[in-house]
Amino acid sequence: MGKYIVKRVILAIFTIWLVATITFFLMFLVPGGPFLAEKSPSPATLEALNKKYGLDQPVIVQYKNYMMNFLKGDLGVSIKQRGRTVGDIISDGFKVSARIGGIAILVSVLIGIPLGCIAALNRGKWIDSVIMVIATFGIAVPGFVVATLLLIFFSLKLNLLPTYGLSSWRHYIMPVISLSFYPTAYISRLMRTSMLDVLGQDYMRTARAKGLSQFKMLFKHALRNAILPVVTYLGPMVAYTLTGSLVVEKIFTIPGLGKEFIDSITGRDYTMIMGTTIFLATLVIIMNLLVDIAYKIIDPRIKFK
Amino acid sequence: MINKKNPLSLQLDVSDFLPAEKEEKQSLVVMREGVSFWRDGMRRFRQNKVAMVSLVVIILVCIFAFVGPAVYPYGYEQQIRGSENLAPMEYSATELERMAAGEKVFPHILGTDSLGRDLTARLMMGSRISLLVGLVAAILVLLIGSIYGAIAGYFGGRVDTIMMRIVDIIYTVPDLLIIILLMVTLKYPLQDLANNVPGFEWINNVGIGLISIFIVFTLLYWVGMARIVRGQILSLKEQEYVTAARALGASHRRIIRKHLLVNCMGPLIVTTTLQIPSAIFTESFLSFIGIGVQAPMPSLGSMASNALNGITTYPYRLFEPAILISLIILSFNLLGDGLRDAFDPKLKE
Repeated sequence: MGKYIVKRVILAIFTIWLVATITFFLMFLVPGGPFLAEKSPSPATLEALNKKYGLDQPVIVQYKNYMMNFLKGDLGVSIKQRGRTVGDIISDGFKVSARIGGIAILVSVLIGIPLGCIAALNRGKWIDSVIMVIATFGIAVPGFVVATLLLIFFSLKLNLLPTYGLSSWRHYIMPVISLSFYPTAYISRLMRTSMLDVLGQDYMRTARAKGLSQFKMLFKHALRNAILPVVTYLGPMVAYTLTGSLVVEKIFTIPGLGKEFIDSITGRDYTMIMGTTIFLATLVIIMNLLVDIAYKIIDPRIKFK
Repeated sequence: MINKKNPLSLQLDVSDFLPAEKEEKQSLVVMREGVSFWRDGMRRFRQNKVAMVSLVVIILVCIFAFVGPAVYPYGYEQQIRGSENLAPMEYSATELERMAAGEKVFPHILGTDSLGRDLTARLMMGSRISLLVGLVAAILVLLIGSIYGAIAGYFGGRVDTIMMRIVDIIYTVPDLLIIILLMVTLKYPLQDLANNVPGFEWINNVGIGLISIFIVFTLLYWVGMARIVRGQILSLKEQEYVTAARALGASHRRIIRKHLLVNCMGPLIVTTTLQIPSAIFTESFLSFIGIGVQAPMPSLGSMASNALNGITTYPYRLFEPAILISLIILSFNLLGDGLRDAFDPKLKE
């Protein structure tokens, strides 16, 4: 167990380093620096600006400097948003994104799991078909379609919900629905399959033969085993929610991390690109790592390789 | 039996003892015709109504996307003056005049956009892009993933460890972040290549956005396929026929191609089919946030994104690409599910 965790952690650190390095050198492949978009600065100003941010040095030296600072936990200052450090911008944006993303993940788990169970327990009946049809559609409809359709109906036609910002709970409804739409559908399908699998197991027959109550059978025996695939999906789901937030934040004009990421790339804000990419990548990698380890703890049948 | 006079007698019916006829003999033969893997799978696939319907839908969308633009009178780039912002089936003033003069004017079935471009034509082109991205990405993933996975699984040992470790690393990299970065960075070198190096002018014809989408998908998406193929090969290579082939002096290359890959055709087909919708999904997402296919080339994602500007007045402009993209992804998903039920022997009852 310990050996496995150490191995995975080393792999994770290596991956994070790799992502950081790839991002760093990719950035410098792009012609045009962060200052070109502004009202064509004079060569002297440009030189001074480059010098200020250390952009006049060779790429390798810049890479070394960046990595040394990064190890100290310093992500530098944003080139475009004067006077703000990358760390500040990320933590501000992340607070917003994490709140929406967290609620969305919670909602999809809380709706997806019961839906999948209900479908599995009523296999072949109309309720099963209805849930599965909805879930199949849910997987096929891209998040931006859901978000824009919601926007049209609830804000523009019915005038029920606000279109942008995050000042009250009503602002959260549409972003959360658009973010949790796909994961909910996915989880309910996953849950149905694994529940059906578990219900056919021998130990379920034994439980019934012992005369266990329906409730105990379902919650103690079936659900605990059937929920495992959903646990493994949590890692990818975090990644999905992150990317989904890129779109959702654009549509509902929410000042989250996804918006910062896109803005930094289009604006060639080197330090921000590095900061957000490393941050998001680390988040996803750590989530995957935790899920993998949790999975092996929950299910002792899985051997450690 | 009918002629029997006494119900209790053992009187026998002579007709029961006549020699059997040919047809009767045939009907008693228990042996069925041999069923190959393919025919068995195809039979099951054909019985799956949902999968067949989605196949028909896919074929219809393909006709719409690949034949449509050739037949349709308006081009996707063509800006018709005076016909801006037309509602579906509406005619502009000049077009009405021309019609009054007895000329035949083809209607703008789905209306036009703010630049006077026919939306049906753009929708056709957009779905062509989506389908192209899906199909090409799936084929590239199939090629790279299956060869990589087969080599890793077949040779095993240290080769396998190193190759799969690389896969593990790529697998944990958050793909969309890297895709977005690559999309932005690849644009310039590709532009350079297309404009300055002879022999690469075709890049401009296909579109830089599309090329970089292909490159990016092939760089990152093959790992899932490689894992599946490796898993299959690991169990297949212990089979007797592989030993037999090796004993007969077959080369590694031949064993992998003729014996191993052929035998994991089922999972290969299923994974490839399910790769198509996910590639289409990603492409529409990239185009929606504005870094996918570049204007004036339409994509279903960028059409939806453009529609956001006039969403209160022209909501149908959003519905058209949104419905089409959902339909395409849905049918490919259902087709893939159907193929999996038909061809993946593990799920066979």
